[in-house]
Amino acid sequence: MEHRVVTLNPDVALRPEPFGALAYHYGNRRLVFLRHPDLVAVVYALDGHRTIAEVLDAEGIAPRRRASFVAALASMLDSEMLCERATRANHRDGAPLRSSGAVIGAPPVVPLSFVHTAEVHQ
Amino acid sequence: MSTSQHSLVDELKSGLDAPICLTWELTYACNLQCVHCLSSSGRRDPHELTTQEAFGVLDDLAEMQVFYINIGGGEPMIRRDFFDILDHAARRGIGVKFSTNGAYLTPERARRLASMDYLDVQISLDGLDAATNDPVRGDGSYALARTAMDNLAGAGFGPFKISIVVTRHNVAQLDGFKALADEYGATLRVTRLRPSGRGADSWHELHPTNEQQREIHRWLLDHGDHVLTGDSFFHLNALGESLPGLNMCGAGRVVCLIDPTGDVYACPFVIHDEFKAGSVRDAGGFAAVWRESDTFLALRQPQSAGACASCGQFDACQGGCMAAKFFTGLPLDGPDPECVVGHGEAALLEGSTPPLMLVDHSRPVPVTLLAR
Repeated sequence: MEHRVVTLNPDVALRPEPFGALAYHYGNRRLVFLRHPDLVAVVYALDGHRTIAEVLDAEGIAPRRRASFVAALASMLDSEMLCERATRANHRDGAPLRSSGAVIGAPPVVPLSFVHTAEVHQ
Repeated sequence: MSTSQHSLVDELKSGLDAPICLTWELTYACNLQCVHCLSSSGRRDPHELTTQEAFGVLDDLAEMQVFYINIGGGEPMIRRDFFDILDHAARRGIGVKFSTNGAYLTPERARRLASMDYLDVQISLDGLDAATNDPVRGDGSYALARTAMDNLAGAGFGPFKISIVVTRHNVAQLDGFKALADEYGATLRVTRLRPSGRGADSWHELHPTNEQQREIHRWLLDHGDHVLTGDSFFHLNALGESLPGLNMCGAGRVVCLIDPTGDVYACPFVIHDEFKAGSVRDAGGFAAVWRESDTFLALRQPQSAGACASCGQFDACQGGCMAAKFFTGLPLDGPDPECVVGHGEAALLEGSTPPLMLVDHSRPVPVTLLAR
């Protein structure tokens, strides 16, 4: 995972909150709670050029915390909040969001202290 | 997992910089007069927001990075500027989920909706047949809703939602509703009946029995991963296993309502002065109301469990729904009227005084009915 190059999905918006940030995916309607300011800083730093390991180094994430950051990023990749650099270009060609594989329904609750995926339920 | 969920709920209870789940009732006008209408809709209010004011609200919400809004009514499609409002929301990057009875969802409008991004549509239906649905939603309303669903399907809209309020009369149809949704490739949404608006009058006859509540709980445990609930059944968690979702009252913390005249309330089910936080027409607009109103700041303080403190189930049910308590005249720091342990029923039997309805846009009762 650490060698992968990922970036925030262009369909995702981030909003700062007291606990960290909220991320919302306009395509699959998933809402994710990023529950630590350091994780938010790492996600903002993902630029689609550096590997995850390089970004964690640049953000000064201590070795003992790395595994939990990598797990959090992996779960965000699973829920399509992040995407690999290569898929970013594909997303940009303007296909309607709703028809691009929208998942409506309850996504799994991710059992991590850092990331919580909630049902966008209304 | 539960530890992490608990602390998330605690974080959310102290409020967010902007709501996650904002409902905006665009008009009190409605072609129907559902007996459980939470906003007592029927007639348009002369002071409803103008198109320009509505655009201003959307601009404020975009500024606050509200990701999406839930539009309702009344019947929102009655507004002549309905599509203008949808277009403006899309321009500002705000997703729209709107709720309709389907009466104005013609094949042409269905095609227009199908061409739009960031849009979800939900059609309300409260029975699997006209015999179950129409006594609640009005004569002909079942046929209207089914025609709207056919139109959306015909336009290739994709997975729309079918939204059910669970009542005593349709609990037995839950499997049928799921099958209907599957048939359309739609998503089923089932929510809890609240005694709000005209629901205050119909609630006693419509709300599920205690035995039916157990049935609903079991059904949601079996189907919860594929059915939306608006997290509205958390009072049932006192029966044992917790349902999926956040399981907390979000009023004024993550949820709020903007009514057609721009008044802001703590949640869609508490259109009453007691829970009015301000107006989008006030200086500072919606953002100031959300961030600074006394009503919302009070809701973000730790709440007392009151009479429920001694009950072992409080952590699971959180004392239930504020709106359900308020409109049945029960204290807010006591049991929910549908408390599965039975405390609410006991409290109701002891006597309660429901509040007066202050906002009511119901159409006048026809003279012929009065004369009977």
